[in-house]
Amino acid sequence: MSKAIVLYLHVHQPYRVRHYTIFDAGVTHDYFDAPYDDRTSNERIIHKVAQKSYLPTNQRLLKLLQQYPEFRLSLSITGTIIDQLERWAPDVLQSFKDLVATGRVEIVAETYHHSLAFFYSRQEFETQVDMHKRKVQEVFGQTPQVFRNTELAYNNDVAYWADQAGYKGILSEGWDKVLDWRSPNYVYRPKYTQNIKLLMKNYKLSDDIAFRFGDQKWAEWPLTASKFSHWLGSTDYATNFNLFMDYETFGEHQWDESGIFTFLEQLPGEWLKTHGHTFMTVSEAIDTFEPVDEIDTPHTVTWADTERDLSAWLGNAMQTSAITNLYALESKLLATGDLALIEDWRRLQTSDHFYYMCTKWFNDGDIHAYFSPYANPYDAFVAFMNAYHDLRFRLIEKGVEL
Amino acid sequence: MLGWELPPHNSGGLGVACYQLCKALAKKGADIEFVLPYSAKHDVEFMKVTAAVPQDVTVVQQAGMAYDSRQYLFSDGHSQSVDIFGQQQLFEHGVDQYMRRTTDTFDVIHAHDWLTFRAALRAKQQTGLPLIVHFHSVERDRAGGGAGNPLVREIEEMALLMADRVIAVSQHTKDMIVQDYDIPASKIAVVHNSIDKEMLEPLEEDSAYAYLTALKAQGYHVITSLSRLALQKNLVNLLYAAKEVIAREPKTVFLIVGNGEQYFELIALSAELGIAKNVVFTGFQRGKKWRDAYAIADLFVMPSISEPFGLTALEAIAYGAPVLMSHQSGVSEVIKNALKVDFWDVHEMANQMVAAMQNASLRQVLHANATQEFDKLSWNQPADLLLGVYQTHTTGAVA
Repeated sequence: MSKAIVLYLHVHQPYRVRHYTIFDAGVTHDYFDAPYDDRTSNERIIHKVAQKSYLPTNQRLLKLLQQYPEFRLSLSITGTIIDQLERWAPDVLQSFKDLVATGRVEIVAETYHHSLAFFYSRQEFETQVDMHKRKVQEVFGQTPQVFRNTELAYNNDVAYWADQAGYKGILSEGWDKVLDWRSPNYVYRPKYTQNIKLLMKNYKLSDDIAFRFGDQKWAEWPLTASKFSHWLGSTDYATNFNLFMDYETFGEHQWDESGIFTFLEQLPGEWLKTHGHTFMTVSEAIDTFEPVDEIDTPHTVTWADTERDLSAWLGNAMQTSAITNLYALESKLLATGDLALIEDWRRLQTSDHFYYMCTKWFNDGDIHAYFSPYANPYDAFVAFMNAYHDLRFRLIEKGVEL
Repeated sequence: MLGWELPPHNSGGLGVACYQLCKALAKKGADIEFVLPYSAKHDVEFMKVTAAVPQDVTVVQQAGMAYDSRQYLFSDGHSQSVDIFGQQQLFEHGVDQYMRRTTDTFDVIHAHDWLTFRAALRAKQQTGLPLIVHFHSVERDRAGGGAGNPLVREIEEMALLMADRVIAVSQHTKDMIVQDYDIPASKIAVVHNSIDKEMLEPLEEDSAYAYLTALKAQGYHVITSLSRLALQKNLVNLLYAAKEVIAREPKTVFLIVGNGEQYFELIALSAELGIAKNVVFTGFQRGKKWRDAYAIADLFVMPSISEPFGLTALEAIAYGAPVLMSHQSGVSEVIKNALKVDFWDVHEMANQMVAAMQNASLRQVLHANATQEFDKLSWNQPADLLLGVYQTHTTGAVA
């Protein structure tokens, strides 16, 4: 019986809002253009993450693809980062193209702007998914077949939508409350769907790499490729190990010093030593294995925090009021046909903005603080709302009645 | 005179009031030495400004906010962050040392607010001069109606007992002193603050609030509040009232200017009340952005739980805004033509704000009449009252 590692990495950077005040609203519309040395400078962060993560990781991935014909992986890469790479780090974008050119790297579908539009405007959501598809076709010459929603936010409705939209597969968190007694290491079928198949993240194994790898207090530290391969190899009931994580795990969340690159370099060799072990892209896993059961997900599940729900983005009133007010502009804003204005509105939909406003400081707060360029969630909220006010100003300028 | 701050190194109204009062006194011939707990460049010609820091302290770094810690650099090279209570203790030492070494002579000691009172008592102990303690606020004001810090109350009480004369900036403050500290009313003189109109820089044509200006052109109204974001200022009730106002007049925006310990709380509350879209937080502002916050207002609100005086209400009138103030404020004794509410009455506050939003004529009449009252105000009268107090307590003639 063959067993496959399904490695899927998520590549994303938002357009962070600079320290944008009410005095800027109506005067300048440069919400996303912080000075280079500022914490919210998108250009600087792209350069930093390129050096620490994208370039060294892609170099290793390319080498592994050349070295091991069975090695495969999948990537989701948002429109907002593709745009930023085109502008500030074309060499990084080229390195992603080089990976895809091997024919063994699959790009996964999602919203262009890494938004939570599915829950606020189905029309806007579909527009963004379509924008992303076209961008992927243009940049990578591939048409995505498998869908993931932002933050792996998943429920029966998302699955139903993706099924209707013709995707062959969809990704979600393999959360215990959803799986119940089942294992994430198989392919499933979402309830109420006809054709689509579901791949669920094995969060324990994924988080061993993404979160615990560098933790010297962890009982399994240090984690080696050989030990990790042994764990997977000795798991009796499994067809596919869904290792889903942020791409930036390599070199950014886990620094070079942690040994993460060595782990990456050695994993394919260690895993493929045993006959029957292989790698698959998400589509290959879906094509190869039949669903073993049906999964019912009435409530929304995501891949964040101990709650695995949307509370990291929509858990407090600042977050919900910011996002509700933003989507309330939709019809008036789209009616203007002003592409620059609409693009700014879409950049503000990126889920990261709401994540920065999260006030769950305990337990999960540390990881939130690590990812936020703001001193606190309130500053994030105020900067966001001022940008929102400026969108309104621009509508007024166009003679729109608010 | 012992003070805590002077513009431009001030964090609030105390420094402004001291500055303007001294300017008026000096104009009438008073020879003032103003002693501060820090050294900095002050562009003051009408009086001598002295820094009284303890001899082992080389530099005192001012913090931006009232009641923030200041950084003290000591002569042995170490530096220390000192909280407000420690600062006033160091000021006591500084003044004690200064009074021993100075060759200046004085007729009367005049101290402003509890932060300077221990230092003032020290000076009185050394010189035996008459002591006038000037209350710009009492601890219960700052505690938002609660008892406040017992250590601060102790200093206030001690100063009230030891002083030769007590000045309160309003009847409201005088009543609180009598109530809280059982001081005979006859020992306390009310000297209202005023406003130095020369210090009000004129408005410019364009506003710093381009967005709000655009909203106003669409029929929106702006209600401005400008204060420290502290319990005393009653902004939580203001936001509850704002929710009611916005429900009835959706085209109302609240401009909340200032910073303070309630900043985060108020931002979160505005979101929880579902009015985040209509509440704009600017943080602390000076200069044009400060002036324009008044100028853009269709109504200025000062709903304080207890406001010893409330200079912002006068500034608002000067810059063109009608005012809603709480009865629990000193300025309401001076300005009759304002909307007035009890600080706890959220519904009435909302009721009056809605009325002001709906009636341009109400706003116009309120402001026109308030302006007439405003025009009569100056620091002349408070300065005369104070000179009278000085005279009573000194044997020599004061100008």
